[in-house]
Amino acid sequence: MAGLALLAALFPLDHLGSYIHWGWVYISDANAIVIALMIIVFVAALLAPFPGRGRRKESR
Amino acid sequence: MSSADIERQWTTRLRHRVTGHLPPEKVLPDTQPAYVASWIYVFGVTTMVALSLVILTGFVLAIRGPQWWHTSNVGHYVNSLHLWSVEVFFFAMVIHLWGKFFMAAWRGRRALTWMTGVVTFLTSIAAAFTGYVSQTNFDSQWISTQAKDGINATGAGSIFNVLNLGQMLMWHIVLLPLVAVILTAVHVVLVRVRGVVPPFDDTPPEKP
Repeated sequence: MAGLALLAALFPLDHLGSYIHWGWVYISDANAIVIALMIIVFVAALLAPFPGRGRRKESR
Repeated sequence: MSSADIERQWTTRLRHRVTGHLPPEKVLPDTQPAYVASWIYVFGVTTMVALSLVILTGFVLAIRGPQWWHTSNVGHYVNSLHLWSVEVFFFAMVIHLWGKFFMAAWRGRRALTWMTGVVTFLTSIAAAFTGYVSQTNFDSQWISTQAKDGINATGAGSIFNVLNLGQMLMWHIVLLPLVAVILTAVHVVLVRVRGVVPPFDDTPPEKP
């Protein structure tokens, strides 16, 4: 229950959502966070070493 | 029946055509090119796994109905699983799309593979939208009343009425999933036929 209370304190869902308003850009914090996470995962997928990649190259 | 007659049969011709384009070793390959050993290539499969979960949880929701998913703990759980599978589905699909866009994955006679992906993406957006307006709660009422003006402005409101719950539910659980699953299957078959697009370095220069 303490975990749930902490979660509720961090992400209050009984308030209006907050928005980023920057010029013509108008986006909710939640959507902005999801897009930022997608960009982070995309870059990580390009840079992170894939398990067994070296071994595959040697076997070819 | 002579062997010439057998060769003329439509079943024989179709079988030759299918196995010619898609021999068993292409349907279920035992190896992949070395360049596929990168995290950027896992997001297509991630999208399909999420789609399977969406369909599976959707079956359970359809069997038990709104009363169950609104009032019982297990119903809430399955409803949430349905929603979060959709979140993972779109998250992975968008990264898959970015990856394929920057690889120019339509190269090497793969335009149809790319286009089936594009149409699947658009179909999925419609499927998600009809899902949001089919929740049968205040959220779905709010979304549908907000969306109706936009849809009506396009002229589609006469045949696609977002305030008609029955119509939206049918689009969500019958028409759009059917199209999305069929297109996904075609997309995967095309990937098997043409293979995974190679990096730019591996592509021989085109003749002028």
